[in-house]
Amino acid sequence: MSQIDIQSDIQQTILKQQKIDSRRKWILNGVLLVLLLLAPFVMYPVFLMKILCFALFAVAFNLLFGFTGLLSFGHAAFLATGGYTTGYLLSNFSGLTTEMGVIAGTLMATVLGLGFALLSIRRQGIYFAMVTLALAQLVFFFFVQASFTGGEDGMHGVPRGELFGLINLEDNLNLYYVVLTVFLGCYLLVQRIVSSPYGHVLKAIKQNEPRAISLGYKVDRYKILAFVMSAALAGLAGSMKSVVFELASLNDAHWHMSGEVILMTLIGGMGTLLGPVLGATLVVNIEYQLGQGPLRDWVDPILGGIFVITVLAFRSGIVGEVQKFVRKNMG
Amino acid sequence: MSMIFGVPMAVLYGQLLIGVINGAFYALLSLGLAVIFGLLKIINFAHGAMYMLGAMATVILFDNLGVNYWVALFLAPVLVGIVGVLVEYFLLRRIAGQDHIYSLLLTFGVALIMQGILTNIYGVSGLRYSIPDVFKGGVNLGFMFLPFYRAWVIVAALLLCFVTWFMIEKTKLGAYLRAGTEDSQLMQGFGINVPLLVSLTYGFGVMLAAFAGVLAAPIYSVTPVMGSHILIVVFAVVVIGGLGSIGGAIITGILMGVVEGLTKTFYPPASSAVIFLVMVIVLMIRPNGLFGKEA
Repeated sequence: MSQIDIQSDIQQTILKQQKIDSRRKWILNGVLLVLLLLAPFVMYPVFLMKILCFALFAVAFNLLFGFTGLLSFGHAAFLATGGYTTGYLLSNFSGLTTEMGVIAGTLMATVLGLGFALLSIRRQGIYFAMVTLALAQLVFFFFVQASFTGGEDGMHGVPRGELFGLINLEDNLNLYYVVLTVFLGCYLLVQRIVSSPYGHVLKAIKQNEPRAISLGYKVDRYKILAFVMSAALAGLAGSMKSVVFELASLNDAHWHMSGEVILMTLIGGMGTLLGPVLGATLVVNIEYQLGQGPLRDWVDPILGGIFVITVLAFRSGIVGEVQKFVRKNMG
Repeated sequence: MSMIFGVPMAVLYGQLLIGVINGAFYALLSLGLAVIFGLLKIINFAHGAMYMLGAMATVILFDNLGVNYWVALFLAPVLVGIVGVLVEYFLLRRIAGQDHIYSLLLTFGVALIMQGILTNIYGVSGLRYSIPDVFKGGVNLGFMFLPFYRAWVIVAALLLCFVTWFMIEKTKLGAYLRAGTEDSQLMQGFGINVPLLVSLTYGFGVMLAAFAGVLAAPIYSVTPVMGSHILIVVFAVVVIGGLGSIGGAIITGILMGVVEGLTKTFYPPASSAVIFLVMVIVLMIRPNGLFGKEA
């Protein structure tokens, strides 16, 4: 056999493998989609929507942490800003339809994200984490003091309203499919972002920033954009959350929330697409299940233990470890 | 009574005193963080929990074993220091060489565990601890009343800060430490046990936090969550001072306490946020902090 034959042979094998891979992916995605569509008939829709909101929050966080390598310890600020803005607008202006409130909340979080980014982007690693944490704390104190948030009591009775003034969102099932659509849209958007040339630059920055700089990329701009997009999606998650629960509270702004989203992302697998979703599902479930049982008071230490074990034993998270395993054993 | 901007002078002095005391705590805590970070490149998220452990240990030792304040002042930091060394030996050591971010996440988990367990046992309502007899009462300075205990807190904290700074910057042991972090292989080649040094440094940083906890026990409410808020403030202090700068941490700590006290006098609603505001301004003007070196 000549060399050209061998090469075309190899190419064909690769192509075949890619076809199988992509078919596998399609099947997996299809199964997941069907499950998501049918889920509210089996489980309580509000609980599912809680998972979806946190999943979106974690996906947003992962865009920054997993793909760009920037650990923000202040993402609670965006979640809360989205939630409070949407809650305030929907409660006080009855003419607004729900989607306008949600868009406004998202925009507010985006603007805040830009502010955070401009202040923190010149720092790296843990410096960056500490600066974002302190900035988020500033936002927290603002929400504590501001009169419209209801302080410690939170903002109650946010009306769900009607989507486009047409679809009644008081109905849990309706709202579920709206939240699901938004979530899937954002998920696909993030997927598109990380596989685009821009996304590859982000990964390059994560792996070796000085090299990315020397290749001529304006690294700061890439990072700021990633930060702002991540903040916007986190704000969107918060906005939807306030609509789902008809409530915006200080819990969302507290730095424990910033820690929780890190845990979700880490345990699911940072830098993977499905990881944060899985992580959010797990953490929300763990908290709920433990909250029901005799271990009610032990949620925090157990989460802390999971944190420690994850960092020590499987840093690439569940999805990351599965990917490694598949790559090793199924070639 | 004389006034300044509509505030009685006595109130101002009173708030300034509280500011300096808070500042002394900030200084001790941020010093511990700076030592651990500067020498080990670990961001110790468990620092607040260690501070809390120090205060809790003081109260628990007194309630159960009748250990008095002076013994606790030594015993509590030593006990917490041992906890610190164990955390370093069994947990942090395993992720040495990984991205520094993981040390932050690991210590965050450790803090959650400690705080959660103690909350379950003692609740969050706060334990009582009375001021030791020697320090009951105070002295009238003419323009204000200075309780003895508060004066002692300031003196003790500053003294310990100075000793620590001197030890690290001016002594041979400090030189070993700094050299060990610069090039640990070379130092080991010189016959110095670097891993032991690392454990001890972490233990020492944590002891500083626990010492602050003991000092805090008679004047603040002692609860398992007392470290959670102060930790974030101290992070801001460290950022303002410049990460890794040991002298900077001390000076900024006291300065920020005073700034907080002044804000409480003139515009109370902003008092809990003012340190973070200062941080934002400092970051805009000097991204490396007031005392930080160019990165």
